[in-house]
Amino acid sequence: MKVLMFGWEFPPHILGGLGTASYGLTKGLSMQPDMEITFVIPRAWGDEDQSFLKIIGANNTPIVWRDVPWETVKERLGKFMDPQEYYRLRDHIYADFSYIYTNDLGCIEFSGRYPSNILEEINNYSIVAGVIARAYDFDIIHAHDWVTYPAGLHAKSVSGKPLVIHVHATEFDRSRGKPNPMVYGIEKDGMDHCDKIICVSNLTRKIVIENYHQPEDKVVTVHNAVDPLNPEIEAIERLAGVPEKIVTFLGRITMQKGPEFFVEAATQVLRKTKHIRFVMAGSGDMLNDMIHMVADRGIADRFHFTGFLRGRQVYEMFKSSDVYVMPSVSEPFGISPLEAMQCGVPCIISYQSGCSEILNYVIKTDYWDVDAIADSIYSLCTYPGISEFLKEEGKKEVDNIKWEYAAQKVRDIYNRLVYK
Amino acid sequence: MKKICFYFQIHQPFRLKRYRFFNIGKDHYYYDDYSNESILQQIADKSFLPANRMFLDLVNLYKGKFKIAFSISGVALDQLEIYAPEVIDGLMELSKTGNVEFLSETYAHSLSSLADPVEFEMQVKQHAEKIKLLFNQEPTVFRNTELIYSDKISEMVYKMGYRKMITEGAKHVLGWKSPNYVYLSETQPNVKLLLRNSDLTENITFRFSDYTWKEYPLTAEKFIDWIAATPPEEEVINLFMNYETFGNLQPSYTGIFEFMKALPRFAFKNNIEFATPSEILDNHKPIGSISVPEPISWSDEERDLSAWLGNTLQRSAFNTLYNISERVRLCDDRRLKQDWLYLQTSDHFYYMSTKHFSKEGGYNLFSPYPSPYDAFNNYMNVLSDFIGRVKAQYPDTVDNEELSSLLTIIRNQEKKIKKLEAELKSIREANVEKFVKKKEEVE
Repeated sequence: MKVLMFGWEFPPHILGGLGTASYGLTKGLSMQPDMEITFVIPRAWGDEDQSFLKIIGANNTPIVWRDVPWETVKERLGKFMDPQEYYRLRDHIYADFSYIYTNDLGCIEFSGRYPSNILEEINNYSIVAGVIARAYDFDIIHAHDWVTYPAGLHAKSVSGKPLVIHVHATEFDRSRGKPNPMVYGIEKDGMDHCDKIICVSNLTRKIVIENYHQPEDKVVTVHNAVDPLNPEIEAIERLAGVPEKIVTFLGRITMQKGPEFFVEAATQVLRKTKHIRFVMAGSGDMLNDMIHMVADRGIADRFHFTGFLRGRQVYEMFKSSDVYVMPSVSEPFGISPLEAMQCGVPCIISYQSGCSEILNYVIKTDYWDVDAIADSIYSLCTYPGISEFLKEEGKKEVDNIKWEYAAQKVRDIYNRLVYK
Repeated sequence: MKKICFYFQIHQPFRLKRYRFFNIGKDHYYYDDYSNESILQQIADKSFLPANRMFLDLVNLYKGKFKIAFSISGVALDQLEIYAPEVIDGLMELSKTGNVEFLSETYAHSLSSLADPVEFEMQVKQHAEKIKLLFNQEPTVFRNTELIYSDKISEMVYKMGYRKMITEGAKHVLGWKSPNYVYLSETQPNVKLLLRNSDLTENITFRFSDYTWKEYPLTAEKFIDWIAATPPEEEVINLFMNYETFGNLQPSYTGIFEFMKALPRFAFKNNIEFATPSEILDNHKPIGSISVPEPISWSDEERDLSAWLGNTLQRSAFNTLYNISERVRLCDDRRLKQDWLYLQTSDHFYYMSTKHFSKEGGYNLFSPYPSPYDAFNNYMNVLSDFIGRVKAQYPDTVDNEELSSLLTIIRNQEKKIKKLEAELKSIREANVEKFVKKKEEVE
């Protein structure tokens, strides 16, 4: 089975959950012996792990014919791919794109992020997809999230192969119900013209069916999983030097994540007890509002902000926490509680997050039920019975949520589309 | 001659209200009166009252040949007294017929037999007193909460003066043996045991209205035929079930009442009689002993304690509760004592069970909480407040032993003072008499 996959992020250069999920899923798929994955990303950095799949950077794919000597290609693209690949791609340029700005190799520059001209970047990505789809042989196309849907559709129309789109989030989640019509249009177009839609949770599946008017039998749920921790991370010790319990919020501080509910719950808990400290880790457009709110409630002496954390810092934060809270208003899946559970941290999550569908050993509340969140925080910090229980059972539970199993479900979907 | 032994359990816990951590130390009332009242009245209307009427009719109709037994927890009696006293009136009437036996159990429907022998004994006594008060019977057969039983428990029960006990015919204990006999306890051969026939019982309680069951519909005739078809030397068929089976767990439209009404007629036709647990245990010779080193119960497939003490949540709540029991016994505040009983009810631990995650529907049906964690958190908040109240009774720095001896001294002193006072009084009176006499003499 050969799969052509379009993604936007791939570790180590990730901006959000999409990159982690793409990595986990492809790694899980690669455990199937006959699986060959070609993964296209807008910008390759050269330090991606290519041991189990082939990465093609759209920024290294020529769309304008340039006569470049082998040595130059070797020198410029050697760390990304075999120079022969460059010539193979160049042979499949299908139209005159010389009106677009390209470099000396005939390639478009991509930021690989989510810049303000994202729509232009998406369009360019789809142009490149046309070249790649012509140059390679594959059985199925798989596109991750709306930024890659046009590329997926293009590859489908060029090759006639079935297209699976993978919904990691919808515009309704990102905007708390006020979608940008342009983005909605791209999403809807992708969903209307693909062959199967994979959603990361039943919550997302419901949104896709109701708000994008998709037939129910076209939309399936494959829950995300989590990669096991590597020993280096496992060995991190608790850093916190304070004797109090630490309750953590970790994520982008935006409307979608419900940070204000965390602050309100903290205010309630601190009114009753002083043996707890609260930490809000991450950054986002609501950070300043939250700082104001904390000051206004008079709890700033026990409520701390860390700013944005990356890589190892995230795990250091988890390892130093006694409770992790994710009061997301609308979370398609939400991988971070699973990571917290791996570190042995009891979690409180909202019913409005997709991962609550597969987790039993966490406390679930409604995101707006500040009373219930406060009650749960208090219990986890006060009664060792429940925190020990969730710590142990939660770890066991999350250790059984493997990408290998998720990949098997995806494979079943491929099989049904390819051998029908 | 075969005998059917019916006993019905009546129990309802005092459900706790949502008790937030803000309430700790401020609010000392723990119960959800609204739901306790509405649930109990609903069950009384649907089940207890019509079932009482039906059984009274049957007992009267067969003039002493139809007999049943009840095991009613003290907390259920307390609730019935408050919310549905007409159920108790019905039970009193049944008791007056002389064909209905009341069994002994723990007052609080508690798991105290597993943790605290002193508490266990006190509760059994308290329950027996309550039964005597209401029904004018002195129970002689002991039935532990949820039929929990082990060798150790049989010894405790023997020490309390009971010689007859009821428990579950758990397959992993019986093996090839049949529950349809009277047995003895292995470690305490003076205690006779009556074992529940779970297959036949569950045909009524679980499967009666299950139309996917191959024996559906179950008629009284068919049921009696099954009993008649057991080997002739097996003389005792013990059907022990929840009283709510009639009308609530099996709603009246399933025909459960009609089934029960018809049952004695077919039984007598087949020469099968009815008897109460104590009659059977008095009149039948035990055929062997059974050994139960690990506690068994009548719950779930496993018939063990996992429904109440299966996970660490349950165990930690349970241990926290019984850690305070010695202190509670030293107190004599009545409200405190009452809360102490109501907090021991096994249902609170049952709500914290995580055994049901793998099943369809996720969480267990009878719990008032949305999840086991809510059950734990709420219970622990209540318990924290309760512990605070207990500790407030006497200074925390005095340990239990010291406190106990101090209290004894105080009580003894009180007695002594009274005694001395009485002495003083009599001397004074004597003196007054003498004085009066002297006065008379002078005059």
